[in-house]
Amino acid sequence: MSVDPLLAIRGLTVSFAGRSGTLLPAVRGVDLTVGQGEVLGLVGESGSGKSATMMAVMGLLPAAAMAGGSALLRGEELIGRPERFLRKVRGKRIGMIFQDPMTALDPLLTVGDQIAEAIRVHDRSTGRHAAFERAVELLSAVSIPSPRQRARQYPHEFSGGMRQRVVIATAIANDPELLIADEPTTALDVTIQAQIMELLQRLCAERRMGLVLVTHDLGVVAGVADDVAVMYAGRVVEHGRVGDTLREPRHPYTRSLLASLPRVDRRVQMLTAIAGAPPSLGALPSGCAFHPRCPLSLEICRHQDPPAREVGHSRAACHRAEDVPALMPLHGAAL
Amino acid sequence: MSDVPLQAARRMALPSWATAPVVAGGAIALFWVVTLFTVHWWAPYDPTALAGMRFSPPSAEFWLGTDALGRDVLSRSLYGVRQSLPIAVAVIASSVVIGALLGALAGYIGGLADELVMRAADVTLSFPPILLAMAVTAALGPGLRNAAIAMVIVWWPIYARLMRAQVLSIREREHVEAAIASGATPSRVLFRHILPLCWSPIIVNATMDFGQIVLLAASLSFIGLGAVPPTPEWGQMISEGALHFYRWWIAAGPGMAILTVVLAFNFLGDGLRDVLDPRSR
Amino acid sequence: MIGYVLKRLITMPLLLLGVITLAFLLGHFTNADPLTSIIGERNMTNEAVVAAARERWGLDRSLPEQYLVYLGNLLSGDFGTSFRTKQPVSADLLARLPATLELVIAAMIVGSVSGIVLGVAAANWRDRAADHAARLFALLGSSLPVFWSGLIFLYVFSVSLAWLPGPGRLDPRAEPPPTATGFYTIDSALAGDWAKFGDALSHLVLPALVLGWSVTGVVSRMVRGSMLDVLSQDFITAARAKGASRLRVLLNHALRNAILPTLTIIGFSFAYLITGAILTETIFSWPGIGSYAVAAARGLDHPAIIGVTIVGGAAFLLANLLTDLAYLAVDPRVKLGARPAT
Repeated sequence: MSVDPLLAIRGLTVSFAGRSGTLLPAVRGVDLTVGQGEVLGLVGESGSGKSATMMAVMGLLPAAAMAGGSALLRGEELIGRPERFLRKVRGKRIGMIFQDPMTALDPLLTVGDQIAEAIRVHDRSTGRHAAFERAVELLSAVSIPSPRQRARQYPHEFSGGMRQRVVIATAIANDPELLIADEPTTALDVTIQAQIMELLQRLCAERRMGLVLVTHDLGVVAGVADDVAVMYAGRVVEHGRVGDTLREPRHPYTRSLLASLPRVDRRVQMLTAIAGAPPSLGALPSGCAFHPRCPLSLEICRHQDPPAREVGHSRAACHRAEDVPALMPLHGAAL
Repeated sequence: MSDVPLQAARRMALPSWATAPVVAGGAIALFWVVTLFTVHWWAPYDPTALAGMRFSPPSAEFWLGTDALGRDVLSRSLYGVRQSLPIAVAVIASSVVIGALLGALAGYIGGLADELVMRAADVTLSFPPILLAMAVTAALGPGLRNAAIAMVIVWWPIYARLMRAQVLSIREREHVEAAIASGATPSRVLFRHILPLCWSPIIVNATMDFGQIVLLAASLSFIGLGAVPPTPEWGQMISEGALHFYRWWIAAGPGMAILTVVLAFNFLGDGLRDVLDPRSR
Repeated sequence: MIGYVLKRLITMPLLLLGVITLAFLLGHFTNADPLTSIIGERNMTNEAVVAAARERWGLDRSLPEQYLVYLGNLLSGDFGTSFRTKQPVSADLLARLPATLELVIAAMIVGSVSGIVLGVAAANWRDRAADHAARLFALLGSSLPVFWSGLIFLYVFSVSLAWLPGPGRLDPRAEPPPTATGFYTIDSALAGDWAKFGDALSHLVLPALVLGWSVTGVVSRMVRGSMLDVLSQDFITAARAKGASRLRVLLNHALRNAILPTLTIIGFSFAYLITGAILTETIFSWPGIGSYAVAAARGLDHPAIIGVTIVGGAAFLLANLLTDLAYLAVDPRVKLGARPAT
């Protein structure tokens, strides 16, 4: 096996072209690493740049967006590579799972055809029949009952949870090394969410796939991930092993996320627990982007964007990382 | 997202409706309108007079050549606008008035009136437009006036349907219900409170239909049901050109005239649609 | 959707009755003596013929009675006699129907294929040069009067360049192929006469291009719009995430989904095609219903005009119905028995 990590992102930037030629920075120099067979939880509010980061890795950013920096898949550069190269990576070496299974499947093709397509675009030698058989196996691998009949059905004949299983089956069709799951359970019923997460965990373990789990839910990350990276306004503000980082976060934003966690409706609570709203791309604050909402902000925070550095068990981008545990204690064990 | 700098930039740019097609369409339409009122001052020749040799190809003297009777094709093509534009305006205006009135009554009164008007509209719209226009013109007797009547008969249901739908949706609005509750007479409610709000989609559609009407009128004349020789009418001129089609220039002038007018209004309509339905951009 | 089609099925005969009624009234209110229209001027002096026609068409009776007689005659396929051709209008129409159908179908293929190609290209290169060029080309097609563009095409491709034959369905010296479908292209192919097939096809090219181009814009606009809708959806990104090529995503996913709403417009374009066919046939001396209609209108041949009008209306209604049915057949979500998406 290669010594290169599965996925190494260094200094990744993504900018969207604004209407009048301005560039809106969505991702501002992200560093992330995912090891072989490991699960990285990528956490942040919507607009924090976590989805844009992963789309840049896939080379699927919209035409109006530009990516810079580097993303190495086992040492091979993905950023700025031609479409021909990226096509051989997508679906083959990196599988992708989407947020809303209701819209991620083509309504006019049977689910079997859609899974088979993922196989056949990468291996022309697989015949229609063989690809269909493989699709049936995959449906059974994601625990869909009577897969042979189901493979001939259309997406509208499936429930939301079942559709997400189909999306997962498509993503793992070519035994990729890495899975990217963009909020895979957000659109599902609460009871189904746990089943899908369990399925994802099982598949990753069985197939030794790395997983980037993009989510805004620290609770999910705590239960599933090996590493966690917290993004805010286009930067990774904290990155470390899950256990250590969540036990003793070094960034006030991670703290605030954790503090807002153990409630019934997490999404709503998260917004209200942290004062203020996340900044818009067009009007980022000077210095540390979090300072207007930060309870610990100092003068320096307004002028200087803190670099990420090793503090305690994690890597945090905060001028006051050393002081955070003492100044923002976690009340009770949230996790 | 805070869009302050973006909005400022947008305000400085051209208005969003002023796309290249709209500007081009507007310019061509303007040219023809000006021609309509001034052509008798500057056209090179009398459109019905013999100006030179028969079948002269385009030359410095006759830019678009002469026809089978030695008349100047350019002058005839320019004068043709005096037939086409007024007829199209008259047909559109009559169709809008008749259609809108019937549609409004159908939508407002409902019941039997609604049934009668809308079924008549359905039946009329069941015909390919030109076929019905041909049949009606033939029944009334050929001629531009009868062709115009036929076109109104073909076109009114489009506006009737539009108007009915508008009235049905606007009569549900609060200010109408308030007017009814305050004891306004039904006709007052219809004319003062509903109709003034109904016009915009009708006007938009009328603009977009204008080119179609010009085309239909020319088609009827081409067939021989509209303008009668020697009137310089575009469709009629093309049918003369078709008789001598090796002399391509005879039909070239009127053909370009129809093309530019229809294209201009299609450009305008297209631009209008983009503005009204941003989804189609 | 199914309910809508059922409703259409029920209202269609009623609309057809309306079409016939309107045509009947038109025939009745014509300036000419209806009797002249039916039997022709020359027979007006023949007492026996006049009396027989009066009797048969019930002209001595009241308007409602005449209407019933007219309906009865129509039901038995009697549209009256053309006083130009002296043939029963129904026989004239039947003889000319295949020529028109061949032209309209060929034009529909030209219009749909060009419209779909342009629409897909325009959506793929949205707001770029290709998009604007496609739009201009399409607008040009719908703005050109076919009775003029037909002349230009004939002049350029037949007279100047001599690439394609002139007007007509076949070389004037050639015999038509043995009749099976009435489509000269298909009939000559069935007969194995490939020279004749080439002749028929080359005669079909120009009128089909002229007529087809006139509906390109209607189709391409619709395809572009629905392609843009579809391209912005998640399953397109999902297909690209599978590693599918841009072309595959465009055709296998986007176009497949975009074509459904487009079907309606292709049916709708039938109206334009009939309109255009009438004029195109006249320019290309195409012996179909359109040129027959024009000749009838020019000659004030009322029975023929009324007959064509009824047939045209019926064809129009039928085309709309078929479009709806096609929509039903293609979309798996509206198949009978399928549960709606939840």
